[in-house]
Formats: sequence, C-alpha cells, structure tokens
Amino acid sequence: MSILIQNLVRHAPATERRLLDDVTLAVPSGAFVALVGPSGAGKTTLLRAIAGLDHYSSGTIDLDGNRLENLHDRAGKIGFVFQNYALFPHMTVARNISFGLDVLPREQRPTKAEITARVQDLLDLMQLSGMGKAYPARLSGGQRQRVALARALATGPGVLLLDEPFGALDPIVRRAIRTWLRTLHDQLGLTTILVTHDQEEALEVADRIVVMQQGRIVQDASPATLDEAPNTAFVMQFLGEVVSFSGHIKNGVFTPSERGVAPCAVSEKLESGPAELMIRPFEIGLRQGQGAHEQAVELALYSKRQGFCYYSAHLPQRTVPVFIYNTQEEGQTRLACAELEIQRGKLFRDGVRLQSR
Amino acid sequence: MKRACVAFWRGGDSALPGYRLALVVTLLWTGLFIALPLCALIIRPWQDGVGPVLAELHDTRMFAALWTSFFSAAVAALLNVPIGLFLAWMLVRGNLPGQRIADALIDLPFALPTAVSGITLATLYSPQGWLGYPLAKMGVSVAYTQWGIIIALMFVGLPFVVRTVEPVLKALPHEQEEAARLLGAKPWQVITRVVLAPLLPPLITGFGLAFARGVGEYGSVIFIAGNQPFKSEIAPLLIVVRLQEFDYDGATAIALVLLVISLAALAGIGVLRRRFSAWGAMP
Repeated sequence: MSILIQNLVRHAPATERRLLDDVTLAVPSGAFVALVGPSGAGKTTLLRAIAGLDHYSSGTIDLDGNRLENLHDRAGKIGFVFQNYALFPHMTVARNISFGLDVLPREQRPTKAEITARVQDLLDLMQLSGMGKAYPARLSGGQRQRVALARALATGPGVLLLDEPFGALDPIVRRAIRTWLRTLHDQLGLTTILVTHDQEEALEVADRIVVMQQGRIVQDASPATLDEAPNTAFVMQFLGEVVSFSGHIKNGVFTPSERGVAPCAVSEKLESGPAELMIRPFEIGLRQGQGAHEQAVELALYSKRQGFCYYSAHLPQRTVPVFIYNTQEEGQTRLACAELEIQRGKLFRDGVRLQSR
Repeated sequence: MKRACVAFWRGGDSALPGYRLALVVTLLWTGLFIALPLCALIIRPWQDGVGPVLAELHDTRMFAALWTSFFSAAVAALLNVPIGLFLAWMLVRGNLPGQRIADALIDLPFALPTAVSGITLATLYSPQGWLGYPLAKMGVSVAYTQWGIIIALMFVGLPFVVRTVEPVLKALPHEQEEAARLLGAKPWQVITRVVLAPLLPPLITGFGLAFARGVGEYGSVIFIAGNQPFKSEIAPLLIVVRLQEFDYDGATAIALVLLVISLAALAGIGVLRRRFSAWGAMP
C-alpha cells in the first residue's frame, strides 16, 4: 500500500511551535523507509499522525489514494508497533495476537477455527510456536517484540509502522530481529515505516532514509545517496563520525585555515568565500614530505578493528581521528606525514552543501 | 523460623535498617492490638458455657440484624463499584474545571465524624428533607428503611473504591488503549476488553474495603435506618442494644458471628482478587 503525506502541519498543544512543519512524503508500495533524526525531530510525531493517533492542524494523508480522516479509516489496514510493545498484560499471547480479529463485528469476524489457525500461523512465522498460552509477563523482550509484531499483522495490514521497535533489546537480539524484520517485510509485501534514532540501524535495514530535523524533512534519499551527497552538514554529521576543517575557497582551491592540512582542488565554479569541509576519518589521506624535517604531523595508533588502524593525528591546535585501512598484520604504532590530505571531503557553507553546478 | 530468630538476635545482616526495632513494633502491634482482642472475642462468649451462645444462635432477631448488615453492606459496596469507577475515571482522565475541589470532596466521608454524616443524611432524606420530600411525593421512602441504610453505607464506602482504583488507572499506559483502537476496537470494546481487566483487582479491593467498612458502620447508619427490629436494625446496633440490656453473652455472641462472617467474606474477596490478577504474576 502506498502512503502519500502532503503538507502535514502539527502545532504543539496551545502554542505556535510546529512539531511537524509542512511535511510532504510519498512512500511507494513495498518500500522500507526509515525515519531518522535526533530526539525531538518529529519522527514519532509523524508516525503517530500517519497512524491517526494524534490530530494534525492541516495537511492530508492518503493510503492507496484514499484520504484518511480518522482511526476508523485505518482500522486493520495499518499495523503499529509501539516502543514499549503495549501488549495487553491480562491476555495470553494468543489472545493478544487475535485481538484485532476478535473485535471485528460479527458479520466480518472469521470463525473461531479460522482465528485459531491464523494465530497459529503468526506464532510460527514469529518463531513463537508453543507460546500461545503464556502471558506477556513471562516473555523476554525479544519475544514481546515479536508478539507485538504478530498482533499488528493479524488483521493483514498493508502498512507496518514501527516506533523505535528495537530500543529496549540487547545488541545481539537487536541485530537478529533487524535482519529478520527485513526478510518479513519482503516476504509479506509490506510497506514499512520505521522510526529510529540509530542511523546504523536505518542504513542497514531500510532502502530509503528520511532524515528529520526540527519537524522538517531535511533529506529523503537512499542510503548510498545520503553517503555520497548529503544535503546539509547536519545530515553528514548524523550519518557517522566526521572531522571538519574550516577554510576558504578561492579560484578552485580550498585552503584550510589549519597548518598540517593540505589545500585541495575543488570545482572552479564554486563561489569564493569561507567554507567548511567535512570528511569521514577513513577518507583522510596522508601526504608524505621529502625529508624527516618536513614530517610535521604525528599520528599515534590507539585501536585496531576490522582491518582499520585508528590513529589520532596531532595537528597544532587539536587532535583528529584518522582511520587507515591496513591489510598487514601489524599496524605501525607511530606514523608521521607532512600534511593530511582531505581531497575526498565535502564542502558546506552555512550548513548547506556547496554544489559545483 | 530458626533462621529468623537467629537473625533477630544478631540483628545485623538484614538490609532493612532498624530491623530489630521494626520486628518488635510489628509483633507488638499485631499481637496487642489485633491478635489479643480477636482472641478475647473468640474466647469470651464461651466463658459461661455453650448454653448462652447456642441460645443466642437461635435468636431470629440477631439473624435478621446480621442479614440487614451484610446485605446492605454488599449492595452498597456493589453500587459503589461502578460509581467509584466513574469518579476515578473523571479524576484521572477528565479535564474539568473544579476537578481539584471534586478530588478533595471525595475524601470528605473519610474525614467526617460518622455521626455528622448520619445526621446530615437523615435530615436530607427524612420525609421533610430536601431530597426526602420530593421522593416521598413520588412514593419512595428512603429514610427509616433498608434503602436508607444502603445510602448511608454508599456514602461512607465510596472513597474506598475511588482511591483504590485511581492510582491504578493513572498508571495504566495509554499505549494499550491506542493499540486497541488501532487494531479496530470500538471505544466500548477498548474499555471492556483492555481497560477494565487491570482495574478488576483494585475494584475488588475497593469493594472489599467498602464492604468491610459497611458491615462495621454504626454512626452514620443509625440516624437514617429507623432501627426497627427485623426490618432496619443493623448488627452493630443490636450489640449496643444487648449491652444496654447487660446481656454481655448475647453481645459477644453476635460479635463472634459478625467476626466469623467478616473474616470469611474478606478471605473470599482476597481469593477473588488473586484470581483476577493471576496474569501479572511471574511463574
């Protein structure tokens, strides 16, 4: 099912502050979208608006071309998984899962046998076989998570909304459930929107990332595009560790204001003026000098992981991280170079990326 | 037991500070103020032999009074359950002007001396009273009937239900109701299927407290009950009557029966409450 959100605005109660500021988002059928952003960015607010749990001041939400006005329009079509699962503690797992079917009017409700069969299918799908009679209090976090998911899927919704569903799980369970969720999404042909503050989780599981900041969508793109062409400095920072160098652009050359960092060529079409260059630590290169007296920047090894040697480079004013890919067994504990090379960095002015068009 | 004794004499390695003091106070309190009077109450009726007790047990007036007491208390507590639930609901979920005042007023029956409540209710519901007069016109007499007793007991029992339900309702996560709504439940289905179940244990507790208070209530009832033997006479009043007749055996015999039934009723309520909260328990 496709979702189309147009010009959605929501004000904080009794104030003019906008929790959602003119949000427009089109999610095609079958997409797996992750809403990411810092806390207070409006991710959960947007998700709750889609689910119809909160009112919004203006704007529209359509599901497969049908305007959604109230909760009734959404019943059974949208599955929602809450951050704290919100299982019904007084019902068994099976009753929790069948809730959406049990509350249907008699003429629409499947027979008892059909409901039992559906619950059994979902229990098997969620790898919870045999837990149908247990109460939620007895389950582990990961199991509760899956019960909540099964409950949301029982009515056969086309859309699945997940509000920080992995927040309370330990890292190993988290990773397992994440992969499994992606498989489930593909298997059932769902359209999924996931809210998370963990950008790695988003990059790993979703095929589209929507970055939000202060109630607005800052960028909506595939993980690869976000990596290669972040719209703003915020997006670049949010998606991973960055080192930033301030400097100046003139005649197609970016000159960092710090000593120990090499100037780099940029497009000549860029307007002259101050700019900020942001670069990932593993994109920084080392430029060797001619003799020993020219080796101005010293690097000290502090950690090694997954083929990368983690160095801290001592610039005159500060220390910046530099990750160097090293296939050899031993990384040198000390390195020196004339200058750091930042050719692969991205340029920003006033927080917006400079584009050479 | 042995370990508890040893721990008591050593006193030291318990995590509870002032363990010894706490234990002494607890034992003294339960012993002197609860267990000892109960024992006295149980033993006293038999002091003059089995005869007086048996004689009292044949007294139909006592049974009528007991029936009036327990029946009225049960009906009042039962009626208080839905009313208390609504009041608690309004206090927690409602956003009304003057809610603070309503909140404070609910506790009033706790604070009011029972005789004051009794006189107030009796004046209100007497055939000349503000409420009694129009009711009498309609052919309903409240004062000096069993209905009067039930109204008095509802008045004193209501805060028990409100105050036991309120914190549980407050702590109830909103997400459960939202989840139910999203799964297609109608508002009434949300209430009956999702909200009511966790409220059952506190409702039962509130019922039990209101019931116990109702059985023992004296001051607020006697003014409005009319106190006619076999009709609107409550058991506590009958005890007073017997005492005034210097019939101490009779009085304690009634007290004994009252005690046994009360204990049985409370035990029953306890069982019921555990039954309805079994889902929360860890295995």
